[in-house]
Amino acid sequence: MQQSEVLIIGGGVIGCATAYYLSKRGLSVTVIEKKQIGEGGSSRNGGGVRQSGRDPRELPIAMYAVEHLWPSLSDELEMDVEYYKKGNLRLAKTDAHLKILQGLTDRATALGLDVRMIGADEVKAINPYLSDEVIGASWCPTDGHANPMLTTLAYYRKARRQGVRFITGESAQRIVKQKGRAVAVVTDYDTYYAERILVAAGFESNDLLASVGLFVPMNRILLEALVTEAQPKMFEQMLGTAEADFYGHQSTHGSFVFGGSSGIDAYTSDFDRPVTQGMTAPSICRGIMGYFPVLADAKIVRTWAGWIDECADHVPVISNVDEVPGLTVACAFTGHGFGISPAVGQILTSLMTNETPMVNIDALRYDRFKAKI
Amino acid sequence: MNGRIDRSIDLGPYVAAPDDGMIICRCEEVTKGEIRRAVHDGMFTITEIRRYLRTGMGLCQGQTCARLVKQIVAKELDVSPDVLEDAVARAPFRPVPMRVLANEAEGRTR
Repeated sequence: MQQSEVLIIGGGVIGCATAYYLSKRGLSVTVIEKKQIGEGGSSRNGGGVRQSGRDPRELPIAMYAVEHLWPSLSDELEMDVEYYKKGNLRLAKTDAHLKILQGLTDRATALGLDVRMIGADEVKAINPYLSDEVIGASWCPTDGHANPMLTTLAYYRKARRQGVRFITGESAQRIVKQKGRAVAVVTDYDTYYAERILVAAGFESNDLLASVGLFVPMNRILLEALVTEAQPKMFEQMLGTAEADFYGHQSTHGSFVFGGSSGIDAYTSDFDRPVTQGMTAPSICRGIMGYFPVLADAKIVRTWAGWIDECADHVPVISNVDEVPGLTVACAFTGHGFGISPAVGQILTSLMTNETPMVNIDALRYDRFKAKI
Repeated sequence: MNGRIDRSIDLGPYVAAPDDGMIICRCEEVTKGEIRRAVHDGMFTITEIRRYLRTGMGLCQGQTCARLVKQIVAKELDVSPDVLEDAVARAPFRPVPMRVLANEAEGRTR
């Protein structure tokens, strides 16, 4: 039998960030991770720290993270997480593209985000390497990107230094209830008692939540990414397109990291680990070259795949569980968890210390899913 | 390491060694001392080391340094190199220009 004040299931960026903020407050925290630190989407995403293009229900979390947390994160964690707040261009080549971007832009400005449509000349001034076929873009100057692997490991490293106990290679099996309250988690090794339990295990959260009769409607969707050899420093913005052909950025290292899909990856996901498909990287390359012909000779050194825990309504569940006191859930981030992870770590810290989170998250409750009729 | 690892195990203090400045990963210019320190920072798997320091992330994808990195990490953890799982090998294995990789299907080039 093991004991701590808080037990976190899942050693991804959400679990590590939450462990960091809780331990900073002096709480004793144990993190159980089935594989290794940042094994899932935390280390496999495109590194976007975006506000533009977000659902109104999670946009305030992203805006809070960009305003209050990301700019000082490297200092706070004593490690460079390679954060750039140099804007996001979402590119258009056709009138139909412009229409998509206008819709996204209108919804975001209504919530107070500084994002606007710009014409071809302004796009070229911001990024001279783009194809002449680009006729416009949406531009959010406060968006950016960071290194997801380093961010996850920086939270882990600092939390560990603050005394958080991390155990990897151990699999949580079920939640134990006593008198209706979640009091412990049984693993394949031992039983861990805690006053508060957080399940932040991505798609596999459902395996554990099932033991207390809970279910979050989500699918496991495969996406892929690739990285080039280091290139001369070209630009610092985050990039995407109206049609989502690809998204990505140039890293501090000089390599370009681009994510994307072939469009049929979701139907090739049925493996026990995420596996790249032969057709996907070429598809992403064609997408990139359509906007950045200058990168056609850049060499691809590596490709990888990762799973998204795609929620039925495309925003996460971040919530205490009313009928199981002591239990908190954070999952179904749908591929946009990384950019909001510092704020989510703080929100979860508030939820587990009986404080009101700094951002309203009522729309992200676990019990919002209803039958359609 | 495969299997269960308690990341709070005591490795003892990091003691600088005379050969800490030796380059181990030539593509990304990572030294032996950096790898040893990473273990003390809590990076206990080859994949975590790779993501932390970029060892094996360069043009040769670890074909030169993977065994050396593994030996150094194993020694620092005081375990046999056998128990350390290799990092996953990633396609395309040799660097391929984007315009070549993009040309995988007839009629799909730009």
